[in-house]
Amino acid sequence: MACDCTAPQCQAHKGGKTQTGQAVIELENVSYSYGGGELLSDISLRLMPGSFHFLTGPSGAGKTTFLKLCYMELMPTSGQLRVFEKPVGKMTRDDVANGRRRIGVVHQDCQFLNHLPVAENIALPLTVSGRDPAGEAANIMELIQWVGLANHADVLPPQLSGGERQRAALARAVVMSPEVVLADEPTGNVDWDMSQRLLQLLIELNKMGKTIVIATHDLNLIRAAKAQVAARVLRIANRRLQLAGADL
Amino acid sequence: MRLPRFLTNITGLLAGDGHADRVVPPTGFTAQLTLFAAGAMAFLAVFAAALSISTGRLADRWSDELARTATLRISAPAEQLEAQAAAALRLLETTTGVASARRITAQEQQDLLTPWLGPNLPLDALPIPALIEVTQTREGIDADGLRARLAGEVPGAVYDDHARWRAPLVRAAQRLRGLGWLSLLLITGVMGAMITLAASAALAANARVIETLRLIGARDAYIARAFVRRFTERALIGAAIGAALGTLSVALLPSADTAGGFLTGLGFSGAGWLLPALIPVIAAAVAFWATRTAALRTLRNLS
Repeated sequence: MACDCTAPQCQAHKGGKTQTGQAVIELENVSYSYGGGELLSDISLRLMPGSFHFLTGPSGAGKTTFLKLCYMELMPTSGQLRVFEKPVGKMTRDDVANGRRRIGVVHQDCQFLNHLPVAENIALPLTVSGRDPAGEAANIMELIQWVGLANHADVLPPQLSGGERQRAALARAVVMSPEVVLADEPTGNVDWDMSQRLLQLLIELNKMGKTIVIATHDLNLIRAAKAQVAARVLRIANRRLQLAGADL
Repeated sequence: MRLPRFLTNITGLLAGDGHADRVVPPTGFTAQLTLFAAGAMAFLAVFAAALSISTGRLADRWSDELARTATLRISAPAEQLEAQAAAALRLLETTTGVASARRITAQEQQDLLTPWLGPNLPLDALPIPALIEVTQTREGIDADGLRARLAGEVPGAVYDDHARWRAPLVRAAQRLRGLGWLSLLLITGVMGAMITLAASAALAANARVIETLRLIGARDAYIARAFVRRFTERALIGAAIGAALGTLSVALLPSADTAGGFLTGLGFSGAGWLLPALIPVIAAAVAFWATRTAALRTLRNLS
């Protein structure tokens, strides 16, 4: 199995051949420092279209920082980061906004606009990109049903449970049909059954050709996923991407 | 054809976007603050504009009318007074630049002195000089030449073209006009500052909303527009109410009459009454600029 990671530490990569083609997100010797301390160091990775990755590591290892780099909430302090083949350093603020429309993100804390109903929150990426949600009402409703929130479409986000918020966040992340979905601990606040349900949604998206990256320290979730999909596991420890493609 | 960017911004703002407007939660006190600030400032702006226009009008009138009138005062022994007055009138008839010359009658002199000396003034018993009112043509009189001729032919005559007391009055009126316009500028600046403060407060209160919008791919212009439209609308409505009340107050001031002084003449005239209608438009433009600047500055600090 070819590896899309170019890190020198990557065992699978040592086989010699890297996957060819255009990476959707590419990190080349990327480091990120904040307040004088280096949080991520010399990360190299190519996320290929349709790939499925788990990102593991202890709490505070830099998983969230890694994801924030991928959707350009943070900018590398050194190295090259290319998103959809464009170096982020050369992107304007509008370019960043356009890039984010092609990346769906499920945040750990699931931020919503609390004054808007769940359905409008889910449709928000369409709204901000200038598309009329009314014209896509049927698709939005189908999406809401797909994540099992049909009965909660008109309620306000504060009335949702943790699992429901995660599912609403997932629906919002995919409403634009993005090429990449990044999920930060998407099962952190939910029980096992709900985490399986969320995983199934992400696997289904991957089967549609989306690139999926899930940051998690839930090993059971990773095992469950690997039984169904060719998922690759990346590990961040000691500020570096130390391991990739290893079996658990 | 591609419109210039600022026109696109304005047309986009006027067209509105119901969905964009909804992404910013309703704000309580900043909405009322903006309405009140815009209303109060527009009310004051109407008075400042009225002051400027009135003083300007006054300065023009004083400059124009007083510059075209002069007084010839003839002080002479009683037996010579009539002869000198007649000589002066004859001399004025042949002077270039004199449109008309008229002797002030005894009754008019009595009326002029009554406010100071009472109605029962024995005018005949007092050495009151003869007065001749001179109206000049647009070309004006050669004052030095006239004085020289008067010195030869009417030795008791003093030609007074009012320059001594006209100049400070006109200067004062012009300064008042300048102060009025300066007040308008200051009012505009204060309104901009207050709207900037209110917009900054609203932006700070909605930092999480803005962050969420950025992260799902909203462009800065989209986010800014949601705030700009809201504050521009409030400023427009507040200023329209303030300007309407201000105009009504000015209209209800006692009207100028023959005995009226400067204060009773405060107000607009003719097309000047349309000026207050511009104030809400200016307020909206100030709000647009202030909110857009504050929003884009805030957004630049976000990733």
